[in-house]
Amino acid sequence: MPQLDVNGKAIPIDDLDPSMPLLWFLRDHAGTTGVKFGCGLAQCGCCTVHLGGRAVRSCVTPISAAMGQKVVTIEGLSKDGDHPLQKAWVAAGVPQCGYCQAGQIMSAAALLAENKAPNDGQIDAAMSGNLCRCGTYPRIRAAIKAAAKEMG
Amino acid sequence: MSHRDAIDAIARPDRRGFLQGMVGAGAFLLGVRAGVIAAPEPQPGAADADADFSPNVWLAIDRDDTVKIIAHRSEMGTGIRTVLPLVVADELGCDRARVQVVQAIGDEKYGSQDTDGSRSIRRFYEPMRIAGATAALMLRRAAAAKWGVPVGETRVTDHRVEHPKSKRKASFGALAADAAKQPIPKADELEFRKPAERRFVGHDAPLEDIRGIVTGAAQFGGDVRRPGMRFAMVARPPVLGQRPKTVNDAAARKVKGVLDVIRVPPFEGVHAFQPLGGVAVIAEDTWSALQGRRMLEVTWSDSPHAALDDAALSDRLAKIVEAPGRVLRTRGDVDGALKGAAKTIEATYRTARLAHASMEPPVATAEWKGEACTVWAPTQNPQAARDEVARLCGIPKAAVTVNVTLLGGGFGRKSKPDFVAEAAWLARKVGAPVQVVWTREDDIRHDYYHAPAAVHLKAGLDAKQAPVAWLQRSAFPTITSTFAPGANQPSPMELGLGFTDVPWVVPHLRAEGGEVENHARIGWYRAVCNVWHAFAVHGFADELAHAAGADPVAFLRDLIGPKRLVDPTKEGCEYPNYGEPLAKYPIDTGRLRRALDAAADGIGWGRATPKGTGLGIAVHRSFLTYVAAACEVEVSREGAVRIPRFVIAADCGLAVNPDRVRAQMEGSVVFGVSLALHSAVTFTGGQAGQSNFHDYRVARLTDAPNAIDVRLVGDGENLPTGVGEPGVPPVAPAIANAIFAATGKRVRELPLTGADLSWS
Repeated sequence: MPQLDVNGKAIPIDDLDPSMPLLWFLRDHAGTTGVKFGCGLAQCGCCTVHLGGRAVRSCVTPISAAMGQKVVTIEGLSKDGDHPLQKAWVAAGVPQCGYCQAGQIMSAAALLAENKAPNDGQIDAAMSGNLCRCGTYPRIRAAIKAAAKEMG
Repeated sequence: MSHRDAIDAIARPDRRGFLQGMVGAGAFLLGVRAGVIAAPEPQPGAADADADFSPNVWLAIDRDDTVKIIAHRSEMGTGIRTVLPLVVADELGCDRARVQVVQAIGDEKYGSQDTDGSRSIRRFYEPMRIAGATAALMLRRAAAAKWGVPVGETRVTDHRVEHPKSKRKASFGALAADAAKQPIPKADELEFRKPAERRFVGHDAPLEDIRGIVTGAAQFGGDVRRPGMRFAMVARPPVLGQRPKTVNDAAARKVKGVLDVIRVPPFEGVHAFQPLGGVAVIAEDTWSALQGRRMLEVTWSDSPHAALDDAALSDRLAKIVEAPGRVLRTRGDVDGALKGAAKTIEATYRTARLAHASMEPPVATAEWKGEACTVWAPTQNPQAARDEVARLCGIPKAAVTVNVTLLGGGFGRKSKPDFVAEAAWLARKVGAPVQVVWTREDDIRHDYYHAPAAVHLKAGLDAKQAPVAWLQRSAFPTITSTFAPGANQPSPMELGLGFTDVPWVVPHLRAEGGEVENHARIGWYRAVCNVWHAFAVHGFADELAHAAGADPVAFLRDLIGPKRLVDPTKEGCEYPNYGEPLAKYPIDTGRLRRALDAAADGIGWGRATPKGTGLGIAVHRSFLTYVAAACEVEVSREGAVRIPRFVIAADCGLAVNPDRVRAQMEGSVVFGVSLALHSAVTFTGGQAGQSNFHDYRVARLTDAPNAIDVRLVGDGENLPTGVGEPGVPPVAPAIANAIFAATGKRVRELPLTGADLSWS
């Protein structure tokens, strides 16, 4: 039976449409509603998850493209919500409404996994695909830098 | 509201069963009722629940020491769900770890739950303090009686009552049953914590939901899951007022996972909060519903709104304000003063239609049991949602329960419950729980838009370059038209948003309004009419300063004039003052001046900047809060705008949670950058021309100033006022003024996407 590895758990795909975006599979079939819908066009980054360790926009990633790779959502980023970015987000009081923040954190986590000390330009490049209407951008920058420092 | 007004209205809850259902089997329950608001804020079509005597806050103490505090306002990012309960907890002397915040369902007994107008803190800070102080005194009396000591020798602290002299202590839980038997204290018996004794109010406190937000566990509108729930997507009429003429759903029904296709009835009469109608596809999951909707073939009827064209409307608005209008406020003889002026200048400012585009598009879930409906929705206004569900479904209000989830942003859009009623109607029709999901396209094409506007200004300078006359005219489609068909006159409330309350000391001043009909759904948007009024008034003030050859900040200080209280009502104006008496919340030019000076100081006003770099500033009072914005802007030779730095000086009186005040101001800057630089919805043929973030652009991380320096300059002794909206209005004019300083080019239209800002 086809299945997807979501946060280390095998979730059956059954006979779902293979073109279904990973976003809707995760939200409607895998129970990981921490992944958020914002645009459906890879314009806002709310739906960002890790696929094989890379940040992808799950709203434009069909489940067929995710087969055989590990999918990590915000729920699976850390065991107890203690990823350095999650701690930095709390310490800096980043979220306002909070809706986009899972996507922001997942984009930032992929950045820090690759680059332990990103400069402003690298942060811009990694994060400019994630929209926040509340305008938490300055705190997002600060929290990424704080987390990078802690991860040292 | 005074302490006395509120305390006089305190009563024991008469519907204990209901309350216990809400907060659990608390041994001690207390209700505080909102007093009569002296001047209810007029809102067309929306009953102002603040004006009745319904209770607005409840707390319960369990025997296990848990203090449950109800959050009755909606959390959309301001932190209100955290802040108001902490006001109660502070007076009561709670340990935050033992406080449980319970989100209220929609019910009039809480007073107004319409979370808009930057009113939550303004209207509920006092009732919350009273709720806490009342409970504290009743617990102390219970302890004093038990111990046989004077009440005055007891105190509440760390979640218990203490009698320091005898070193006796009793937990809230242990005293709860006895406290419930105590009489309700009188107003003059209550004791409130002094500022130095407060542990939450005036201090930074993390959000109640922060952990859920960073781990993905927090529940937003679309995260609700019910057994057997179906998902729905609705094809809504592209033009307001259209109805499906023909529907071919054969292909849609063949999509795997699609369960049904249902016609949703159109609205009747004026659209107000009614669903738009259309054709709904019901499916097993969201993707199937979306695929099914793509396969629908629908043709639509004609509509009287199909001619709406925003380019033509903008030209028309400009024409309207360039001719005399209805006089709203007048001081002196403007026409005579303009005639006698040594120099006059005039300009017309325009702003675009905007979509709210909260990151979470509208979404709602509904479930029926017999003739009772329960909904879960990210609504700013659960009572209006309840009313609309009851009306649309023809059931009594008592049969509707509205649960409020976290909101993924609101900005005014989610005050309108059309999407909630849509879910309720569909769930009944389907016979199973239904979640209606709006796509981003649905959101941008079917918003209650921020209206486009034009403002014309004309001013005269005397021979000494001092301003002697100021004439301003504003025209825009009125929000009243959302509730009253054909309404074409802006209401005093809308005109009072940064227009009829212009604070300038200039000797001759007149404000006029124009009329225009409306052909799209419009509604409140963060800061509402203040957005265009502030852009025009403060942009033009900068123009006038340059015309006078004066430094803009020095000129603004002269325009603001000496410290005094401005009263537009003495100049023939109907001025609602955000629903509050001017005596309690005056227009204080001293506070404007203080904010202006702080922002000017923060940005380093007066320092030399290279060509292409400029400083700009604006100061504006809205929602009873004073905010000055100053920024540094860099414009490349090619005309690309970068904004490295913003300084905000905000005076909201007492800052109840300073960190959240700062966050709102930071967010306001980014929100203002979006509408100044990027965002516009343009209608042609009655349809929105934009659909998603690729063509409805909002600020990205790279657009946001790297540094936003927020200075809280308010006096903690002043009553706290709201901060959700007032940061927005001065941002766009500060940017436009800085662009002028950088390039010599004046921006009079927002967004500035069309402006050529190149220089050499």
